[in-house]
Amino acid sequence: MSKKSYRQAINEALRQEMRRDPTVIIMGEDVAGGAGAPGEQDAWGGVLGVTKGLLAEFGRDRILDTPLSESAYIGAAAGAAATGLRPVAELMFVDFLGVCFDQIFNQAAKFRYMFGGKARTPLVIRAMYGAGFRAASQHSQSLYPIFTHIPGLKVVIPSSAYEAKGLLIQSIRDDDPVIFLEHKVLYDTEEEVPDEAYTIPFGEANLTREGRDVTIVAIGRMVGLANEAADRLAKQGISCTVLDPRTTSPLDTATILECVEETGRLVIVDEASPRCNIATDISALVAQEAFGALKAPIRMVCPPHVPVPFAPNLEDAYVPSAARIEAAVQSVMVAQKKAA
Amino acid sequence: MQMNREDLLRAYRTMRTIRDFEERLHVEFATGEIPGFVHLYAGEEASATGVCTHLRDDDFIASTHRGHGHCIAKGVEVQGMMHEIYGRRDGVCGGKGGSMHIADLSKGMLGANGIVGGGPPLICGAALSAKIRKTGGVAIAFLGDGASNQGTTLESLNLASVWALPAIFVVEDNGYAEATSSSYSVAGSQAARAAGFGMPCTEVDGFDFFAVHEAAGAAIDRARQGGGPTMLHVKLARYYGHFEGDATTYRAPGEVDRLRAEKDCLNRFRARVTEAALMDGVELDAVDQAVADEIEVAVRNAKAAVMPAEADLLTDVYVQY
Amino acid sequence: MSQITPITMPKFGLAMTEGKVALWSKPEGAEIKVGDELADIETTKITNAYESPVRGNLRRHVAPEGEDLPVGALIAVVADAGVPDAEIDAFIAQFQASFAIKGGDVAAAPPEPKTMQAGAWTIRYLETGEGQDGTPILLIHGFGGDLNNWLFTQPALSERHRVIAIDLPGHGGSTKQMDSGDLSTLAGAVVSLMKALDLPACHLVGHSLGGAVALQVALDEPGRVAAVTLLAPAGMGGPINHAFIQGFITSGRHKQLQPVLELLFADPTLVSRDMAEEVLRFKRLDGAEQALQRIADASFDGDRQRISLREQAAALGAVPVQVIWGEKDQILPPGADLPGGWTLHTLPDTGHMPHMERSAEVNRLILDFTAG
Repeated sequence: MSKKSYRQAINEALRQEMRRDPTVIIMGEDVAGGAGAPGEQDAWGGVLGVTKGLLAEFGRDRILDTPLSESAYIGAAAGAAATGLRPVAELMFVDFLGVCFDQIFNQAAKFRYMFGGKARTPLVIRAMYGAGFRAASQHSQSLYPIFTHIPGLKVVIPSSAYEAKGLLIQSIRDDDPVIFLEHKVLYDTEEEVPDEAYTIPFGEANLTREGRDVTIVAIGRMVGLANEAADRLAKQGISCTVLDPRTTSPLDTATILECVEETGRLVIVDEASPRCNIATDISALVAQEAFGALKAPIRMVCPPHVPVPFAPNLEDAYVPSAARIEAAVQSVMVAQKKAA
Repeated sequence: MQMNREDLLRAYRTMRTIRDFEERLHVEFATGEIPGFVHLYAGEEASATGVCTHLRDDDFIASTHRGHGHCIAKGVEVQGMMHEIYGRRDGVCGGKGGSMHIADLSKGMLGANGIVGGGPPLICGAALSAKIRKTGGVAIAFLGDGASNQGTTLESLNLASVWALPAIFVVEDNGYAEATSSSYSVAGSQAARAAGFGMPCTEVDGFDFFAVHEAAGAAIDRARQGGGPTMLHVKLARYYGHFEGDATTYRAPGEVDRLRAEKDCLNRFRARVTEAALMDGVELDAVDQAVADEIEVAVRNAKAAVMPAEADLLTDVYVQY
Repeated sequence: MSQITPITMPKFGLAMTEGKVALWSKPEGAEIKVGDELADIETTKITNAYESPVRGNLRRHVAPEGEDLPVGALIAVVADAGVPDAEIDAFIAQFQASFAIKGGDVAAAPPEPKTMQAGAWTIRYLETGEGQDGTPILLIHGFGGDLNNWLFTQPALSERHRVIAIDLPGHGGSTKQMDSGDLSTLAGAVVSLMKALDLPACHLVGHSLGGAVALQVALDEPGRVAAVTLLAPAGMGGPINHAFIQGFITSGRHKQLQPVLELLFADPTLVSRDMAEEVLRFKRLDGAEQALQRIADASFDGDRQRISLREQAAALGAVPVQVIWGEKDQILPPGADLPGGWTLHTLPDTGHMPHMERSAEVNRLILDFTAG
């Protein structure tokens, strides 16, 4: 046990699973870097260094640099998964989904059902998501709602280093295609992470704190912000439950509903664009299943419905902040449902 | 590559099975009993059969929306396919896939595919899997002239060459992508495209089983020995429309009749083996009869078979719930 | 200036960085002796009674109840009743000013657990204390526990002894892959570690299943054992709470695990979210649940204990043994018929974890027994 960054936790999960299972391979653009080049091999280890160092141990047979051909290699990963390997394909920025979506949602996601349950597709697609890197509209999106919409995909969004390692190992061992989304702003955040391999099951929300007054559901990087807000709110006498769903598919609806039943108030923090995102999905769930428990309207803290802007001040205004979460919680504390 | 009598008989039976299967679907579809839509492979039998005759169960193929022939050639059970096309519970996919998604991984059949150009990337993966697991296996993408224009195909040609994969791309060029002629939609040539990716391409007469068989055999051997990918450009024709119900008004009058009369792959096969005295007509007639009986039984069974249970709607989507 | 003593936020275990006074047990102005309960200190893991390290008058509660404070922060001031209030105020002001600058006691880096290859096992252990008093103390946790169970024990013991807390195989940071989970396997691993560390004869302190392990070590290698303290030991006959064992192994979620862990304590409110989270994190490690199941299968048969050391243990003879048992133990109920010559201390209002629930008393009993 020692402090590890989110990046190190992911790297360690990959390394341990590759040691354990020879069918685990990694492919993606510059996952090593330097292929065919005269200079350093493993020059990059992924664009942000997450897979750095794996090449030396596993070689180019298992750490496969690909051409810039997302359709071909994501599809190849799906085909390899259906025929005996356990590939971890890196899509680099999740925004690149746009050039390979067919292979994910028409092919990998559908095999098992379409083939009458006879196919296994143990595929993990890792990608970075999220704003905060001054990377503008095509490298900053939080596209997990799109994946969550597709039956057959599991969608994992780790909120911290501990979560990332356990959830990634679980993803690699899972026999379904898993979309594993890493928030690029979290890579350097650190916490205690066991040295040994461990798994965190899918579909089990993590309550990072329990309170009486308001349930805050937060996703990915928003979990940390929600806890920051909850710390401040505690000093104001408002006690919050902060719930990290960990996976948006499967979604732990039972725990969400239980928490709402207990607190009667719900704030959902979602970095994805606000239409048809996880916040709206959970709102609908709660409106349908726990309406009677609500003491105040549900509040969603999301970005505005615009592409992610470039200018730092605009991007900062775009991303949900702890202050906005705090204000939303305060607003549901004073709001009342109108008497019928 | 020498074929013995048994091989020849098996190849003929496969082609005949595909033909009867498709001709019968053409009739049955018109009755309205088959849900959805089907794309028939009749006329192209020599291609699937000529290639798949070389394959083992652990070699993989990816097929197309016009996939029945590839399935049969790769060994998928005819009865299970027929059930599937009728949406029956006992179909190879439990009635959840239908004509466009017939798959049987135990037979190395990675699926017909409703997305044009969906298969080539998958086949790169299957080939990579064979290469990494050192099975000696190969993986083959069947694709049409339409799919040859998809980015997925072009990316896959590149990837297969870059990784020197044991992959073969069989471009079944029947001259039409839906209702558009390949003379209009395909720029340059398939061979030049392959060459552009550093890959050999063999032009093959797709009406001639023996030509396909020979070219595929060479490509597959090369792939098994680590020689990398090959393209086969197989020129052939479909006897029916893009899908059943397509009036094919875009085709020249009499085009199909002429093809059937002059080039039909089954007729040519029969002529060739009987002329060479490798087999006699009586034997082949016996095969024809056996196949006709098999298809008759398959259709009768499928019509009588049960539909999936309603509870099946919710199963098979995730490995664990 | 008269003698003014600061009372600061204590550090329980390795991971504690802050805590709060949940409840002051003594009012301002109370005369207190060393060992009097001053306050209940609540950490994210557990609430523990904090005993006064000094005598004098509790002049000031500096920490209000319920406020989180870092370890080392001033929580109270003890001085003679005669010291003027102004001096107390000045002392507090000065302490707070310097504390704000140095930000608590950062100088003393906490000791880190180490791992060592001991025979076939990788064993994690935590060593503390210089050991002015010759006999080292070896702490052996129970089923499903780890070296952190001794967070209230190890610091107190290590003021006088070299103290080594270990993770048994299948637990904590030690090897999870076990072919067998039986007692001789566990005892063998402990002996291997004692050899690897080249320890002289030790005072073994074993809790629950760790108690049986300690006894087995004493039986196998009497020369390595100076004394034995058993906390609610297994292997003395009587039933075992099967629901606890199976619940512990199979519970994968907080909601399931929380009531299971509450069985460990007379006061179930002691089980915090973090305590349950720590257990869950252990159980998620590759091989942990299988190891627990192996050990459980080898040790227990439903509500019956497979291990019975009573007859053999009676023959230990020269090695002194004391037993500490919580009166309200719901896992291994007290009342076992112990061999003659053993000393039994039964603690009121105490469950299966006397070293956590009554740490001060347990620490005293261990130290006295070793000194004795």
